[in-house]
Amino acid sequence: MKAMNKLKSASERWQDTILKDQLARAPELRDGFTTESGIPVKRLYTPLDVEEIDYLSDIGFPGEFPYTRGVYPTMYRGRLWTMRMYAGFGTAEDTNRRFRYLLQQGMPGLSMAFDLPTQLGYDSDDPLAQGSVGRVGVAVDTLADMEIIFRGIPLDQVSTSMTINAPATVLLAMYIALGEKQGVKPEQLTGTTQNDILKEFIARGTYIFPPGPSMKLAMDVVEYCFERLPKWNTMSITGYHIREAGADAVQELAFTLANAIAYIEAARSRGLDVDDFAARLSYSLGCHRDLFEEVAKFRASRRIFARIMKDRFQAKDPGSYLFRTFSGSCGSTLVAQQPLNNTVRITMHALMGILGGHQAIHTASWDEGHALPAEDASKLSLRTQQILAHESGLCNTIDPLAGSYYVESLTDEIEKRVTAYLRKIDQHGGMLKAIESGYIAGEIQQSSLKSQQAIESGERVIVGVNKYAEEEEDHGEQYLHIDQGIDEQQSRKLAEIRARRDSAAVRRTLRALEGAIDRNDNLMPAMIEAVRCYATIGEICAVMRNRWGEFSDASIP
Amino acid sequence: MAENRTRVLISKLGLDGHDRGAKLVAHALKQEGMDVIYLGIRHTIGQVVDMAIREKAEYVGLSFLAGDHMTWVPKVIREFREQQADHIKLIIGGIIAKEQIPELKSMGVEQVFLPGTPLKEIANYIKAHATAAEARENGNDH
Repeated sequence: MKAMNKLKSASERWQDTILKDQLARAPELRDGFTTESGIPVKRLYTPLDVEEIDYLSDIGFPGEFPYTRGVYPTMYRGRLWTMRMYAGFGTAEDTNRRFRYLLQQGMPGLSMAFDLPTQLGYDSDDPLAQGSVGRVGVAVDTLADMEIIFRGIPLDQVSTSMTINAPATVLLAMYIALGEKQGVKPEQLTGTTQNDILKEFIARGTYIFPPGPSMKLAMDVVEYCFERLPKWNTMSITGYHIREAGADAVQELAFTLANAIAYIEAARSRGLDVDDFAARLSYSLGCHRDLFEEVAKFRASRRIFARIMKDRFQAKDPGSYLFRTFSGSCGSTLVAQQPLNNTVRITMHALMGILGGHQAIHTASWDEGHALPAEDASKLSLRTQQILAHESGLCNTIDPLAGSYYVESLTDEIEKRVTAYLRKIDQHGGMLKAIESGYIAGEIQQSSLKSQQAIESGERVIVGVNKYAEEEEDHGEQYLHIDQGIDEQQSRKLAEIRARRDSAAVRRTLRALEGAIDRNDNLMPAMIEAVRCYATIGEICAVMRNRWGEFSDASIP
Repeated sequence: MAENRTRVLISKLGLDGHDRGAKLVAHALKQEGMDVIYLGIRHTIGQVVDMAIREKAEYVGLSFLAGDHMTWVPKVIREFREQQADHIKLIIGGIIAKEQIPELKSMGVEQVFLPGTPLKEIANYIKAHATAAEARENGNDH
């Protein structure tokens, strides 16, 4: 106490003398400074700013409640993060080649991107799929495509993260069936289904069914895997897309946690105990522009989540408290102008993820302002992570920014703001209601406008765009060009499979799926039966579309 | 006064749900005093063209971020023609390769806006090129 009083008067003296003189001579560049999300930032942080933080109860030790310093006791000294490159494009053959290339480059985990028709449960020959086949990810119509994608890649030796949501049950069923064919048992499968449908309604837009049935499908995965795929991460609850839709850092974390709360409540209402499934949920957040704010956000995320699990859900198993995180470069921070500059931004993203103590990190590629990453660009971004991991000394000690007066104070401030948001969402009657009423979309839209205005006014500098812009050199030949003929190619392949497969078995398994929907059974067993017979994703989703109808964004005000 | 405003319909075709840019453009044009019909995501060509005709839009703005613009644009132009609505002008924006712009313009796209374009620039472009509403009411427009 005495020391603090001494510090307080010393600080006042400094402000009244040294600082005052300097400001009189030369004012600062701006009147006020804020983080990217608008949190005021002071000129200087001292022990006075962290006076109210209690080290043991608020910060603690890694691998121990409240996990502010990290989810594991030894962090990167024991094991580096998984370096994931999000990949998948064109046909199954193209993606198989890229996957094998990435594995050869020393990447232990695959991260699979699907094209939009697959994400929305349409076959490649569906009229609605035209122009989108194989474009933002790989096209998967049937198990046959998965067999090609993973040719020469034993499923017991890789972990596969699938960015799939509305039809996550179908793709997981295919992965299980593929494992059977390779002789790999379900309990050996490791990986993740994103399976986070709520954020599709507020940010990413790849929903199919109305919220009720959508939640049912998401929960079917959680419930099915609990006993049969114990190593599978059933959900990656994702803030990344919420951020990309325009939310600020506080909203990103608050809405992600609110979604997590909604899922945990839904799983509990199925009779699952929180400690049976919480450890299999993982999380994903974006790495944006403001280094300290992002690191504070990541540190706060672990602490708030652990507190929610302990106080709100009374979880007992320490595994349930862990906010295991996959983070990735926010694509919206990358720009089309002077694209090689993006390599520097991507290095910063990786730095944020590492200083944030994440379990898996994705780095984008410099060419993503123009196209999907080309092979060289993708390799450079993997090398970026490897250089940071092995050459920088970043991994020698745990949570190295802890104890920074600024970072600790900002971590605390973010926790306060996120907690206030969570209270507001509770007052709305929970996340489902807050989404349906348009509250969440409205909040995101406001932040999106604010940041656009800051860019256009020049208040927020983007090098090469609103400052230091110049005539463009052309990198056109370096970008990935996807064959325009892929629609027909994939449709032809699909027609061959339709001709070759046992149609009676397909009809029978689809009818069985219909029955399972009507009985409100867990749909996973029926899905696995159907995909084994090469039922297509479009056929399976059509059964559900018939039963449940489709959601349209017109219903969100 | 309201009748004199330029009417613009903003939407997205196909399956891509990334609507941040489209929403920002819609909001900016509204701020600039235009009548904006924001249709949202995942529409068919028929829905967009019908709505543009019904709402008497002078401009239709479409956002493409999934690399599917070369597939959609010719079909939109054809649909306008078939519905005898080729007086409606098409502008597009998003992740579009520079070298595709001449081809898109020869198909009938009036203007292409690439990433990083200030919203004000889009608004100014429309203001400069929109037919004055008074002229339309005097029967100078078909």
